[in-house]
Amino acid sequence: MIWDWAFAFEILPVLASAAIVSIEATLIGFALAASLGLVLAVVRIAVPWTGWTISVLVELIRSTPLLIQIFFLYFVFPKFGVVLDAFTAGVLAIGIHYAAYCSEVYRAGFDNIHRGQWEASVALNLSAWTTFRDIIIPQAIPPIVPALGNYLVALFKETPLLSAIAVLELMQTAKIIGSETFRYTEPMTLVGLFFLAMSLVSAALIRSLEGLLNRRTMR
Amino acid sequence: MTEQPMVRFDNVSKRYGSLTVLDGLNLDIARGEKVSIIGPSGSGKTTVLRMLMTLETINDGVIWVEGEPLTHMQRNGKLVPADLAHIRKIRAKIGMVFQSFNLFPHMTAMQNCIEAPITVLGMKRADAEARAAELLDMVGLSEKKDHYPSQLSGGQQQRVAIARACAMRPKIMLFDEVTSALDPELVGEVLEVIRKLGREHDLTMLMVTHQMGFAKEFSDRVCFFHAGKICEQGPPNELFGAPKNERTRQFLHAVLEAG
Ligand SMILES: Nc1ncnc2c1ncn2[C@@H]1O[C@H](COP(=O)(O)OP(=O)(O)O)[C@@H](O)[C@H]1O
Ligand SMILES: [Mg+2]
Repeated sequence: MIWDWAFAFEILPVLASAAIVSIEATLIGFALAASLGLVLAVVRIAVPWTGWTISVLVELIRSTPLLIQIFFLYFVFPKFGVVLDAFTAGVLAIGIHYAAYCSEVYRAGFDNIHRGQWEASVALNLSAWTTFRDIIIPQAIPPIVPALGNYLVALFKETPLLSAIAVLELMQTAKIIGSETFRYTEPMTLVGLFFLAMSLVSAALIRSLEGLLNRRTMR
Repeated sequence: MTEQPMVRFDNVSKRYGSLTVLDGLNLDIARGEKVSIIGPSGSGKTTVLRMLMTLETINDGVIWVEGEPLTHMQRNGKLVPADLAHIRKIRAKIGMVFQSFNLFPHMTAMQNCIEAPITVLGMKRADAEARAAELLDMVGLSEKKDHYPSQLSGGQQQRVAIARACAMRPKIMLFDEVTSALDPELVGEVLEVIRKLGREHDLTMLMVTHQMGFAKEFSDRVCFFHAGKICEQGPPNELFGAPKNERTRQFLHAVLEAG
């Protein structure tokens, strides 16, 4: 028999706790990506001379594979005295990688704000910080929620890369089960189903968030 | 000793690449004076206001506000380009109302009016709200204080924008064609508010306008701009009644013909 139900149920608890690690990596990674991306996009506008440096940095990060960046943080950084455990190194790499993408999304969001909003802020003598916090960001975010949401799902689907540095997330756990029992069908199928379910759920959540934001800003 | 001008443009020039938009502008505006700027499109009227609001840099000359340089700072007796802290200090004396209103769309009329008083002046929310309520009352919009800009007509939005600018207690108010984006039937209500502002407050006002009737009745002085220079200026009855310059005559003729 190809599919063994008893075996599937037996490994389910182990996979479930590994799933929590995957979700943790996703949430922490995305929180990092979303906030660091925002910082990069804001600094680029607020401190014009950083523009070139940030562009190069973002391009560099986007043009190299995430897996290499993960390895870099985990295996190369210790050579410079920065020793990170696998989970931290992996999540940091994922967060920085997606921050580069998110910063471009924010940038597009800022570009879409009418020039008159900046000028009114100057005329009212608002500080740069207040202008971003109260005027620009609240208007720029709602339209880019779908784009950010897509990156959340994409990031989540890349967490199996963490198995490459032996983080005990879903993929790594499934691989271990496979190699110990010589049964890969059940663990891999369950992992696949889990990713499918989570992706569908997050897509639905993002759509409803989007609807909510649209309704609030359409007033 | 004569009183210091509220605003002084001292030989100010503005260029975009090879295009000279303002050419050695000299203009003094007295405290409380109401000055209208008229002139053909592209003559540099908006640029004058934008430079004073620090929305544009200047290429030559110095702008002074109450005897202090706006664009520069004095250091060891010399004028050096101003830093942001200096600009913000002087800029606090100036407010501006735009042709396209530029209200914050995600904030109610009230929120628009208290944002800067709270974050810039450090006012307490309750005080800021009380002051904003007075101002919204002055512009006749007490009822609309919880409305968002998208729920207001153009005339109402512009009146909120005026209240918002007033909330920062500027000494100088700039108006750039503030009725040009409005349907004709809404122009009157906005002009009425500006009239009221001129009466009730000891404000220095500088306005670019195409409303010749209003400029004539409201201002102490009218400046006619042509190709980046003040071509003619004077009290409204002189400038409108007996223009000396041929270009002024042509312009007024064309404008009065059209409207
Ligand atoms: N950002 C800019 N870049 C290049 N040219 C500009 C810019 N802003 C204004 N100008 C030019 O400066 C001139 C004066 O503009 P403006 O002050 O807006 O005139 P007005 O308000 O009298 O119609 C126009 O020829 C306009 O095309
Ligand atoms: Mg103009």
